[in-house]
Amino acid sequence: MAFIQVIPLWAMVRKDLQIFFSDRRAVIMSFAVPIAIASFFGSIFSGPSRTTEPAKISIIVVDQDQGTISKSITDGLQHDKNFKVTTTTLEQARDTVRRGRTAAAIVIPTGFGDAAGLALFSRREKPQLDVVFDPSRSTEVAMVRGILTQHVMEAVSKEMFAGPRGRQLVDETLNSVDSMPMPEDRKKLLRDMLGSVQSFYQQNQADPNAGSGGGLTMPYTVREEPMTAGSNIAYNGYAHSFAGMGIQFLLFAMANLGIEVLLERQRGLWKRLRSAPVSRVTLLAGKTLSGTIVALMTLWVSFGFAMIVFGVRIQGSLLGFIGVSVACALMAATFGLLVAALGNTPATARGVTTFAILIMVMLGGAWVPTFIFPAWLQQATLVVPPRWAVDGLDAMTWRGIGLSGAVGPVLALLGFAALFGTIAAARFRWEEA
Amino acid sequence: MLEIKHLRKSFGSLVAVDDVSFVVNAGQLVGLLGPNGAGKTTTVSMIAGLLTPDHGEVLVGGQRLAGDTDPAKRRIGLVPQDLALYDELTARDNLRFFGALYNLTGRALDEAIGAAMHLVELSDRIKDRVKTFSGGMKRRLNLAAGLLHDPDILLLDEPTVGVDPQSRNAIFDNLETLKRRGKALLYTTHYMEEAERLADRIVVIDHGKVVADDTVAGLQSRVAPVEDIGGVRANLETVFLTLTGRSLRD
Ligand SMILES: Nc1ncnc2c1ncn2[C@@H]1O[C@H](COP(=O)(O)OP(=O)(O)OP(=O)(O)O)[C@@H](O)[C@H]1O
Ligand SMILES: [Mg+2]
Repeated sequence: MAFIQVIPLWAMVRKDLQIFFSDRRAVIMSFAVPIAIASFFGSIFSGPSRTTEPAKISIIVVDQDQGTISKSITDGLQHDKNFKVTTTTLEQARDTVRRGRTAAAIVIPTGFGDAAGLALFSRREKPQLDVVFDPSRSTEVAMVRGILTQHVMEAVSKEMFAGPRGRQLVDETLNSVDSMPMPEDRKKLLRDMLGSVQSFYQQNQADPNAGSGGGLTMPYTVREEPMTAGSNIAYNGYAHSFAGMGIQFLLFAMANLGIEVLLERQRGLWKRLRSAPVSRVTLLAGKTLSGTIVALMTLWVSFGFAMIVFGVRIQGSLLGFIGVSVACALMAATFGLLVAALGNTPATARGVTTFAILIMVMLGGAWVPTFIFPAWLQQATLVVPPRWAVDGLDAMTWRGIGLSGAVGPVLALLGFAALFGTIAAARFRWEEA
Repeated sequence: MLEIKHLRKSFGSLVAVDDVSFVVNAGQLVGLLGPNGAGKTTTVSMIAGLLTPDHGEVLVGGQRLAGDTDPAKRRIGLVPQDLALYDELTARDNLRFFGALYNLTGRALDEAIGAAMHLVELSDRIKDRVKTFSGGMKRRLNLAAGLLHDPDILLLDEPTVGVDPQSRNAIFDNLETLKRRGKALLYTTHYMEEAERLADRIVVIDHGKVVADDTVAGLQSRVAPVEDIGGVRANLETVFLTLTGRSLRD
């Protein structure tokens, strides 16, 4: 009973492919639409290429202080390669941020410079720096906060150790040490330190070339190396988006194949299939095989386009790429069988599966990469098959991981295929009334 | 050739077919008559192996069908009530597919397709997509698809629904040809004149039960005394209504 009959099997595959290609809408949905959407997503998420400058974050600086230190902070920000700085009034700044035209506005209030300078050496109240930000751009704001710290520290410390205003402030602090609420021995140490700073100034004035300009600077710089396939290969956002959209649309194609079975049943075609001496295994295998072929075509046409037009390359193992693709196609084909087995009418099945697929591919990281997700969700999404497919294809393309990186995804996808296939076979309706 | 014994099938609490038995011999056409919902399609489905009977058996050449892949299934050809065709494909591609389900390939398949298309007079439309066909042409192709593997027994479930008199007559001629070739035909219909013209025997079922199993003449003689009072010769229609009552079904 449970054997596959070759002639009927190939006839089923041939027939399904003929029907697939005779339906222009299905073909466009499977080939053109994923390419269009993936190109769009790819262009958004594509990492910066090596030759071009990274996109600058536009910020506003509102300098209400207009002192040496505040000007020095503004100057530092203006020369920072990460920012595009404009200066304006507070009202205008608030309005621009509210309208989403800038990520953040930094407001340096009157008296900030002096207060910050004094707070550097003593436990005075720390002055406040206002950051007005666009809540929808929190990642950019986090970056602004970090870089701002650097420039404020540099500006304040530089002035305090080298500038004329700093000198005044040091003198002032020195005079007020007596009245500070601290033990005598601490007061002596502070006086000594400030005295040394004063001598440092005098030295600097006598010979302007002797000093280093003074002030604290960041004690390190960062060299960033994106960890991808190799030192001369950049992250290619298209590799990810084409994998994601390819998977989404091959799932759609397979759901359609399942719905096609429901239509075939409605039209009485399954009566013909069942009245012929063909085993159930052959019928299911025929559907699975034709589904796998259509799914593979969907994925590979999409990738082929990405390779030719966007320079996506298989940096990992070609065998691994083929393995992940085939396992993914098999998973999708058995998903189609599941639709055929559990679906009731074609219309309801279409609604439910469209929803299920969109949720699965969204959680699977087909739209946005899963590393953006919170940690618990990254773990949780391991139960959706597209996650493994996306990860596997990412590994074989831009991450450039060898065959070993394909083993996990292939096994997981084959596991899902076995699960779907088993449920479908168990729940398939074999009686034709 | 085809022997049906005590078939019974229920869907939930509804008994669709209840203890139906009859025989179809080679070279014979048996008309299976009954109002809507009488259980005709359910009976045909059980014979074709699409439905498992709750009780009773179907014997093909004296043998019970054993499972999905029993080669004896080749001896049965089904012409479903629905137009079971792929509209997107050409007539030839449809028949190639249905033939391959019976392991037909290559020359044998092409010859079978040629013969079936010739019989139903669609040879010149073989390369056209089914969706371009008229209702009558689709019906004839539906018949051809059931004949490809040259079955001994042909199950025809309302094969003339929605066709014009020309196509209907063509189908009748086809069936008479098949009968002469010694096929056993089971023909389901509501149309009395069809049964009168074609059938050697008529089985009338209602509410899943056989209410009559006789020749056309035998059936007429049964009811004739009652209906002849008005001077009208009893036709099958009146026999049918007498046997099954006048209340609406479905
Ligand atoms: N799959 C099913 N589930 C539940 N009930 C069914 C099913 N198939 C048929 N029935 C019921 O069984 C009864 C017999 O149906 P069947 O299709 O055999 O009638 P029929 O004689 O072919 O009618 P028609 O002339 O309208 O084709 C009907 O009452 C029908 O509603
Ligand atoms: Mg019927």
